[in-house]
Amino acid sequence: MLASASDTATASAGPLVPAPFRLLAKRRETADTWTLELEPRHGTPLEFAPGQFTMISRGGCGEVPISISGDPDEPERLVQTVRAVGLATSALCEAEPGEVLSVRGPFGTAWPLEEAEGADVVIVAGGIGLPPLRGAVLRMLAQRERYGRLVLLYGGRAPDQLLFGEQIQQWREQGLEVLITVDSAGPEWIGHVGVVTRLIGRAGLDASRVLAMTCGPEVMMRFVVATLADTGVQSDRIHVSIERNMQCGIGVCGHCQLGPVLVCRDGPVFRYSEVERWMRVREL
Amino acid sequence: MLTLAQEIAAAEVFAGLAPEYLDLITGCGQNVHFDAGVILQREGDPADVFYLIRRGSVALEVHHPGAEPIRILTEGPGEPVGWSWLFEPYRWHLDARTIQPCSLIALDGACLRGKCEQDPALGYELMRRFARCLVERLEATQFQLLDVYGNARVGV
Repeated sequence: MLASASDTATASAGPLVPAPFRLLAKRRETADTWTLELEPRHGTPLEFAPGQFTMISRGGCGEVPISISGDPDEPERLVQTVRAVGLATSALCEAEPGEVLSVRGPFGTAWPLEEAEGADVVIVAGGIGLPPLRGAVLRMLAQRERYGRLVLLYGGRAPDQLLFGEQIQQWREQGLEVLITVDSAGPEWIGHVGVVTRLIGRAGLDASRVLAMTCGPEVMMRFVVATLADTGVQSDRIHVSIERNMQCGIGVCGHCQLGPVLVCRDGPVFRYSEVERWMRVREL
Repeated sequence: MLTLAQEIAAAEVFAGLAPEYLDLITGCGQNVHFDAGVILQREGDPADVFYLIRRGSVALEVHHPGAEPIRILTEGPGEPVGWSWLFEPYRWHLDARTIQPCSLIALDGACLRGKCEQDPALGYELMRRFARCLVERLEATQFQLLDVYGNARVGV
């Protein structure tokens, strides 16, 4: 009874109070990356827009911002893909089904799916940058007729570190053009080898019709934006998802400040033209 | 299906060249076909031939004894394979292997070098275009060396 009452209380307690979510299942994506499927204990679906993130933690191990990688049309399941790179993310990846994790959110801005209607949408993802774009892909494929070409350009470090392999094949069958490359590979790999920016030239894009969304390491995004610009895509037609030191998630603490914006509140998805100046400031 | 001349004229590396130069390059080319897994050139081989891919893809690899070769780059349709024919010491720096059945245009680099010596304007054009390929390759290599997916922070 006490636990149940507490759950009810936290569900409506505001954005700084975590809500309990039970881990229903986990799926290993690569050696160090897991997809977690959770459900809220209070029963209220976590409605979200693709591109938003949560602050999630496993008791006592620190809270981290993780993008939601689930289907926005299935909000009853909170899906998050986590790469174990530190204490908090490793703890999340080690959680077992049945455990209760703490979740706040969703927070932040979303991918511009309405603005993208009618355009050729080019998604450029690198490594663990694909999960934040997964919800956008699912939504656009569910509304396929609203968009022109849908193109996914995905780069990874090596073949065994690529995510969502089976699902990407399904996406192809649903009308997503997919080009994948890895930075290096052995002779068993018959796909592209080379950096993800090389795929941009191979995609045969009409720059005047393109709206681009990119997520990955910030260095990668810089190269991607430069290559898109070289092909004629305007910077206000490029959207980036940025990471900084998000802590509160609601634009109060200021840890994620990037020039005049707070990434947790004003981002993480930005029109590149809005943050271009600040992304060039090395001290930020 | 494009003719040899049309294929060469459409390739980015040759696009916009004067017709007489395109004719000259076409005259140095011939269609060749390879199964998957064929080594076209090995590191250290004389670079007297280079290729333009019509269909399929070609991997550039580094070999090291006792281990599988490391595949560092693939080239696809419309892209050239090989630049060493234009720069001393005219030797291949990497192994080139087909990874699919390939239709290629094999271009006589030694012959073209001779033409470049005789016609500096042609030499400048080809040097400029292949230098651009080299710049792109250098930038891509720098990007690869950053190992961004291994170390950097990503999204949220």
